[in-house]
Amino acid sequence: METTAAPLTMPAAPAGVDAARRRRHLIGVAILLVAACVLPFLVGNYRVFQLTLVLAYSIALLGLNMLTGYNGQISLGHGAFYAIGAYTAAILMDKFGMPYWMTIPIAGAVCLIAGFLFGLPALRLEGLYLALATFALGVAMPQILKHKSLEQWTGGVQGIVIVKPEAPEGLGLSQDQWLYFFTLAWVVLMFFIGWNLLRGRIGRAMVAIRDQPVAAQAMGVNTSLYKSLTFGVSALYTGVAGALGSIAIQFVAPDSFTIFLSITLVVGVVVGGLASISGAIYGALFIQFVPNVADQLSKAAPWAIYGVFLLAFMYLMPTGVAGFIRILRARLKR
Amino acid sequence: MDQLIHQILSGLATGGIYASVALALVMIYQATHLVNFAQGELAMFATYLAWALIQAGVPYWGAFAITVVSAFVGGVLIERIIIRPVENAPILAVVIVFIALLVIFNSLAGWIFSYTIKPFPSPFPAEPLFGNSYVSSHELGSMAITLVVLLMLFVFFRYTPLGLAMRAAAQNPESSRLVGIRVGWMLALGWGLAAAIGAIAGMMVAPTVFLEPNMMGGILLYAFAGALLGGIDSPGGAVLGGFIVGVLENVVGAYVGTELKLTVALIVIVGVLVVRPSGLFGKVHVTRV
Amino acid sequence: MSAIADLIERAGAAASGAAPLLTVRGLRAQYGSTQVLHGLDFDVAARGITTILGANGAGKTTTLRAVCNMVRTEGQITLAGERIDGLATENVVRRGVAHVPDGRGTFLNLSVEENLRLGAYTRRDRDAVAPDYERVYGYFPRLKERCKQQAGTLSGGEQQMLAVSRALMLRPRLLLLDEPSFGLAPKIVQHLFEIFRVINAQDGIGMLLVEQNASMALKLAQHAYLLETGRVVMSGPAEAIRNDESVRRSYLGY
Repeated sequence: METTAAPLTMPAAPAGVDAARRRRHLIGVAILLVAACVLPFLVGNYRVFQLTLVLAYSIALLGLNMLTGYNGQISLGHGAFYAIGAYTAAILMDKFGMPYWMTIPIAGAVCLIAGFLFGLPALRLEGLYLALATFALGVAMPQILKHKSLEQWTGGVQGIVIVKPEAPEGLGLSQDQWLYFFTLAWVVLMFFIGWNLLRGRIGRAMVAIRDQPVAAQAMGVNTSLYKSLTFGVSALYTGVAGALGSIAIQFVAPDSFTIFLSITLVVGVVVGGLASISGAIYGALFIQFVPNVADQLSKAAPWAIYGVFLLAFMYLMPTGVAGFIRILRARLKR
Repeated sequence: MDQLIHQILSGLATGGIYASVALALVMIYQATHLVNFAQGELAMFATYLAWALIQAGVPYWGAFAITVVSAFVGGVLIERIIIRPVENAPILAVVIVFIALLVIFNSLAGWIFSYTIKPFPSPFPAEPLFGNSYVSSHELGSMAITLVVLLMLFVFFRYTPLGLAMRAAAQNPESSRLVGIRVGWMLALGWGLAAAIGAIAGMMVAPTVFLEPNMMGGILLYAFAGALLGGIDSPGGAVLGGFIVGVLENVVGAYVGTELKLTVALIVIVGVLVVRPSGLFGKVHVTRV
Repeated sequence: MSAIADLIERAGAAASGAAPLLTVRGLRAQYGSTQVLHGLDFDVAARGITTILGANGAGKTTTLRAVCNMVRTEGQITLAGERIDGLATENVVRRGVAHVPDGRGTFLNLSVEENLRLGAYTRRDRDAVAPDYERVYGYFPRLKERCKQQAGTLSGGEQQMLAVSRALMLRPRLLLLDEPSFGLAPKIVQHLFEIFRVINAQDGIGMLLVEQNASMALKLAQHAYLLETGRVVMSGPAEAIRNDESVRRSYLGY
C-alpha cells in the first residue's frame, strides 16, 4: 500500500505535555507576524506586490496540503479552484460592482461547493486514478473559461480587468502596501482556522483516513463524508487565494490558469513540506521566487535550471523544507 | 456513416500512437509501481537524437536502431543516477523528480535543437495501402509496430526468467531480494525498456505531428488516460485503452468541436473510471481486511 | 563471548569432524536508533539444525534478518569459512542462504509455479532445476494440484509450503526458517517439520530455525539457543534443554 505523506505526524501535542513548547511556538509566530508587518515598508512596491502573491499562494498551498498531506488525496487540478476563486471575484467586481473585500468570502463559498461536488464522485478513485481525474479538471478549466457560451461572463480569451483597490484614507499606505496587509489579514485568519481544524478531531480523522482507511472506517469515521468535505475545504482555501491573487494582479484570463498552475501548486506543497502548516509558506516562497532566480541564471534554458533546483530540493530535503527543519531541530537537540 | 467510419479509422491511427506511449507508461509502472510523467519528454528527446543522426546521413533504420539502443541505455542511467537517490523518499517527492526531469528535457531540447518545427521522415511508403482513402501507410505501419512491440513485451514478461524477475521486483522487492534478484537493476532495466518503447513511439508520432519540443505533451495525457482506462497494470489493456482514447478523441472532436474535445474526452474517461475504478482490464485488487 | 569460548567451540567442531556451516560472533542489530540485538554468538553445525527460541520481542526474527543483512547489522557472520556480513541481501542469498521470512513473503499476485521458478532464478545448473520441481511437489503434493493458481488465494498452510518450496528451489546450503509453524493447524505443522527432517537428512541442508513452538523445535534440532531481549541467555544440546524441566518452565512455558 502506498501512502503519499511523509512519515511525520501531525503537529498536535497531547494536552498538557508541552505548554512550554506551545509558548515558544506562539512567540515564534508573533515574531514572524511582526516581521511580516514591517517588511512592506522596507522594500519597493514591486517587491511588496510579489510578497502579496506569496501570501496568496500560501493560503492555496495550505488548502492543497490539507487534501494531499493530511488526507492523502492527490490533486493535480487545484489550479481550477484557484481560477474559480479568481473569476468569481473578478465577475462580482466587474459585472456587479461589488467591493473587493466582499468578494473574498463569496469566492471561498463558491469553491467550497464546487470542491465538495467534485469530491463526491472522485471518492471512488484512488491514487493514480484520482490524479488523472484532477488532472482532467485542471486541463479543462482554461478551455471552459474560453468557451463561447460563457463569454459574456468571463470575457473569453481577453479575460477581465480588475480595478486596483484604493488604500483607505489617512493610513499613508500605497495601494500595494494596503493590498499586502489586506492579504496578510486573510492569511492570519485562514491559517488560524486551518491550524485549529487540523489539530482537532477533524484533523485526526483526516490523518486516520490517510494512513489506515479501513481501520478508520471500522472505528466509525465516515470516510466518504470526510474525504468530500476535505476536498471542499481545500478548494475553499484555494479559491480564497485565487480571489486575493487576482485582485493583486488586477487581471484574470484563461491562460493564467493552465495545468501548469496546478503542477506548480503541487510542487509548492512538496517542496514546502507535506502535512505541515509552515510548509505552505516555504512552498509559496519557492514557487514565487525560484523561477525568477532560474531565469536570471540562464536566459537560454531557465526551466532546465528550475528542474535542477527541484532535483536538488528533493535529494536534500525529500520531506520538504519544513521536514528538513524538523530533522535539523531534532539533531541539534541531541 | 461514411464520416463516422472515417473518424473511427483515423482515431485508430492516432490511437496507435497513444497505445505505444501508454505501453511505455505501463512498463515503468510494472517495474516500479510509479507513473513516469517525464516519459513524453524522454521520447521526444530520443526522437531528436534520431533526427540528428538522419541529418548526419545515417539511413533511417540505422538511426532507428541506434536511437532505440541509446534510449535504453539512457533510461537505465537515469534510473541509476537520478531516480535512485529518492528511491525511499515519499512518493510525492518522486513525482516532483519526474516533473523536474520533464522540465529539464523539454528545456534542453529547445535549447539544443531550437523550437522551430522540423519535419521527420517516415519509413513507410507515401501511397496508402491498396489506394484506400481511410488510413495512410504510415498510420497502418505505426499500428503494426505498436502491436509487434506489445507482443514482444508480452512474451518477455510471461515466458522469460528475466521478465518474471522484473514483475516480482516490482510487486515485492523484499521477497525478490530473498530469491537473489538484484532489485535495483530490475528497476533500471524497466526504465531502459520504457525509454526504448517511448523512443519508438516518438519516432512514429513525429512524421504526423512534426518534431518540436512540445510535441508529446497532449499525447502523454491521452496515453496516460488510455493506460488508466485499460488498467494501469495491464499492458494489453493499456494498448486497447490507447486505441479507444484515440477513437474517442476523434469522434468527439468531430461532433463537439476541437476546442472542447480534450475536455470531453477526459471527462468521459473519468466517468468510466468512476464506474470501474481499476480500469477495463486492470486487476481488481481485493484486499483482505 | 570471548576468544576463548570461540576456540573451544572450534575445537569441538573440529573434534566432531567438520567446520560449522554458519558462525556468528558479536551480532548487533538495530532498527533506526533502537538497538535490538546486543552481541549474539551462535553457530549452525554443518548438516545440522539449530534452533533459536524465545518469547515475543526477544529478537528472533531480527536475528534471521540480520544474517541476511536486511537490517543495520554489526558483527562477524561467516558462511562455510567465507565472511558474508556486509553483503547486500541478494548477494547473501546467492551464496546459498535461503530465508523463509515470517509472513511467508510469497509473491501473492503470481502463480504457485511462478513463485517456484523465482526460487530457481539464480541457479546456474539449468539441468538440475527440472527434477527439483518434481522433488518439491513430492514433498507437498497439494502445491502440484494448485500449480497454476494465484499464490494469494492459497490457504495459510499452503502458502507456508510454497514459501519453503521456493526456498528449496534455491538448492541452499543454509535454510533460515522464521516461525514456520505460525498460524498453522497442528497436523500441517507436523507434516512440515517431517519434511524439514527429511531435507536435512537426505540433502544435508543446514537449518537455523526460529520458533515459538518450542517443543516441536526441540524435537527437530540438535542444538538450541535461548534468546531474551536481544541476548543469548542459554545454549546447549536440544535434548538437554528439552529434558531440563526448570528451563522449560521458566523460559519456554511448558
